Amino acid sequence: MKYRLGIDVGGTNTDAVILTPDDMVVAKTKTPVTRDVVSSIRDAVRAVLKDSELPADAISHAMLGTTQVTNAIIERQRLNPVGMIRIGAPATLAVPPLTGWPASLKEMVQRASIMVRGGHEFDGRPMAPLGLNDIRRFLDENAHTLSSIAVTAVFSPVNAEHELAVRDLIGDEYPHLTVSLSHEIGSVGLLERENATVLNAAVAEVASMAANAFEDALREVGVEAALFFAQNDGTLMAMDYALRYPILTVACGPTNSMRGAAFLSRLDDAVIIDVGGTSSDIGMIRGGFPRQSSLAVEVGGVRTNFRMPDLIALGLGGGSRVRESEERVTVGPDSVGYRIIEEAQVFGGDVLTFTDVAVGQKKAHIGHRNPTVSQDLSERAYREALRIIEEGIDRMKTSAEPVPLIAVGGGSALLPDRLEGVSEVIRPLHFDVANAIGAAIAQVSGRVDRIYAMTGRSRDQVIQDAIATAQADAVRAGADRNTLEIIEVEEIPLAYLPSNASRVRITVAGQLAGDPL
Amino acid sequence: MRTITVADLADLSVGATLLGTGGGGDPYIGSLMTEAAISRFGPVTLIDVDELPDEGLVIPAAMMGAPTVMVEKIPNGREIQTAVSALERTLNQKAIAIMTIEAGGINSMIPLAVAAELGLPVIDGDSMGRAFPELQMTSFHVHGIRATPMALVDEKGNHLIIDAIDNPWTERLARTATVAVGGAAIIALYPMTGRQAKMTMVRGTMGKAMELGRLLRDTRLSVTEIGEKLSGDHGALELFSGKVVDVERHSGDGFARGTLSCSGLGAYDGSVLRIEFQNENLIALRDGIVVATVPDLICVLDRETLMPITTEGLTYGQRVTVYAFPCDPVWNTPKGMETVGPRYFGYQVDYTPLQR
Repeated sequence: MKYRLGIDVGGTNTDAVILTPDDMVVAKTKTPVTRDVVSSIRDAVRAVLKDSELPADAISHAMLGTTQVTNAIIERQRLNPVGMIRIGAPATLAVPPLTGWPASLKEMVQRASIMVRGGHEFDGRPMAPLGLNDIRRFLDENAHTLSSIAVTAVFSPVNAEHELAVRDLIGDEYPHLTVSLSHEIGSVGLLERENATVLNAAVAEVASMAANAFEDALREVGVEAALFFAQNDGTLMAMDYALRYPILTVACGPTNSMRGAAFLSRLDDAVIIDVGGTSSDIGMIRGGFPRQSSLAVEVGGVRTNFRMPDLIALGLGGGSRVRESEERVTVGPDSVGYRIIEEAQVFGGDVLTFTDVAVGQKKAHIGHRNPTVSQDLSERAYREALRIIEEGIDRMKTSAEPVPLIAVGGGSALLPDRLEGVSEVIRPLHFDVANAIGAAIAQVSGRVDRIYAMTGRSRDQVIQDAIATAQADAVRAGADRNTLEIIEVEEIPLAYLPSNASRVRITVAGQLAGDPL
Repeated sequence: MRTITVADLADLSVGATLLGTGGGGDPYIGSLMTEAAISRFGPVTLIDVDELPDEGLVIPAAMMGAPTVMVEKIPNGREIQTAVSALERTLNQKAIAIMTIEAGGINSMIPLAVAAELGLPVIDGDSMGRAFPELQMTSFHVHGIRATPMALVDEKGNHLIIDAIDNPWTERLARTATVAVGGAAIIALYPMTGRQAKMTMVRGTMGKAMELGRLLRDTRLSVTEIGEKLSGDHGALELFSGKVVDVERHSGDGFARGTLSCSGLGAYDGSVLRIEFQNENLIALRDGIVVATVPDLICVLDRETLMPITTEGLTYGQRVTVYAFPCDPVWNTPKGMETVGPRYFGYQVDYTPLQR
């Protein structure tokens, strides 16, 4: 039997689960993060193995979800300097690399940069021959002070030829350098894609430390499995790919949590609400994957354009303060937060919170004291809180049809079983390790996001071509061709351009090849 | 006369997006270019058109083509100056001021970058009072000014001078050339005298865009207070407030056409609003009755933040407030309607003035 091991390294806990080949949870554990990442992963894996009574060699695949890369960027810690190569001159010179970056981050990352000739047009025609000699001169001058290079060419999502040529040059002549290529990271929108690529290059060393920790920990407990990292869109990257594209892990936390929750609820389409003490996050799973945000996303204060799960944050949680004024009752956005266990009325305090009015309305049984709030006020406050939640759910949905709601998090006990626009409220078991489960059940994906000129071809042909490209990408990443499914097809015509060009986005995903089903 | 500094660009971005009426391209990249130019060459002087001498040469500048291309193939930074000087050489005369052709969207920013670099003033105003998709959709065209000679420049250094028999032909030729140079180009066109500018331009729209942006971004005012100022100071008419229930995009012919449907909230409970768009919002129908049409401005804003939403950014579930602003009177003429009325865009309805 081949089992899968899912691990989630968070800020306070390292969680681990073991799943059977048909995705049943065999064992789970939650271990506090100790001195270092290696020992906390090792302790968690030991604990689940012991619990499951499985030998270490029963594990065939190990999947890691980690926030180490995200934290490095947010905390400005352990980032390595980057050499930046932008291909596209004479175009793009008006706005140099790192424009608009926060100074603290720019200072850590900036080392050397060059803008050279080359790049392509939106329809794939070359703009200019690639300035390889300039790149070589740049590398000769700077390679000895650098470990990581970011390469961004104009319209590389349409034609990656010039980025690939630089990768080959570096591979042949400067093999100690790690190379990040923009077309493998982001989509159309040069600055945002370049930003994501430079960030990717800046976390190369952090990622390599995380990967080594993962490998070392597993080796110490005798697990010899194929290793994968969970990424933003809810799919997996093999270890070598993750080392090249660590930035693709930055939002895997919420993604794994949503996918894990959907899996535990046996649903492919649902809205998910995670109700905490101060705020609530709402996301949506469609076809088993989180809906992606269509807007530019900031990571550590930098505009990027890679796709992240679309989340709505509401300023409403269990500790949200209830206030009454002449005209109306408000709930939140301020909260007593973790002091809820002293300050809320049901815990003997004197602050009126969302928890108190839910208890007052007999929707929840929490605490050791009856709240002193009047029936009328608690009814109005509870109704106001539900209005905020219902509006958030409705914003997240894609149509007016009622959808199932998966409610998780400490504050989810405050929600009623009926909500406007919701067909049923589901509260899954094992949710405490949903992140690790989300990592363990993840699939492998392939993706295309580029501009296609439609001249001389039918739209169907273009879409079919794009799907074939995405499928080939997924197979290269380790997916079993026979299990590939199309997750997303989107076509957006370019405004103000009569040449019939469209931006086409395709995502396909499938099971890991060699995976027993 | 006043100056435009880097600090004004955030207001201008928001105001220009509003005047873009759903289209016009994101001013972001233009704003970065202008910021770079102002940081290097100093602030831009914004003058009233009446401050111009009658005889001097005025040159409007703009970007043409797909904003999606411009955010990928970012300009070199020299194009606008090349376009302006190419036109100066053709006419054998130096420009005394730069002008904006389109106050909505990215083209609010492009002329500022070149004005900073050349040390020329920008005239407060444009030729649309909003965003429109074609070169002949200008107040200049309505008043019989020729768009040519026109310069079209790419980032590689190519430039061509177009001399066409009329303005629709200029649009056709320039659009084809734009595709050939890679989908986006910088243009300088409608060269005119100070006197012609005074007689034909839509006045004050740059200042108006900044004022609108400042108002929408003012965190000290409540949404209601901002709404009152939009109506009181800017002639806005609230058409609707509600939630987006459907965004249907038709992409059959390569145009970003679509239909937005909203169901009412608050005072509009029980009502529905439909907006037909083609890059810009063109027709608004409330409960099946036409309440606003192009060339009046139909603007969709986030109901809580009042940030304008472009047609690309519309999604189900958004809470929106829809305002209409009256268009410049230049469009309320037979030639104006023929150029930008609902029928030009293929709708079988006549222009309906805003009903208060």
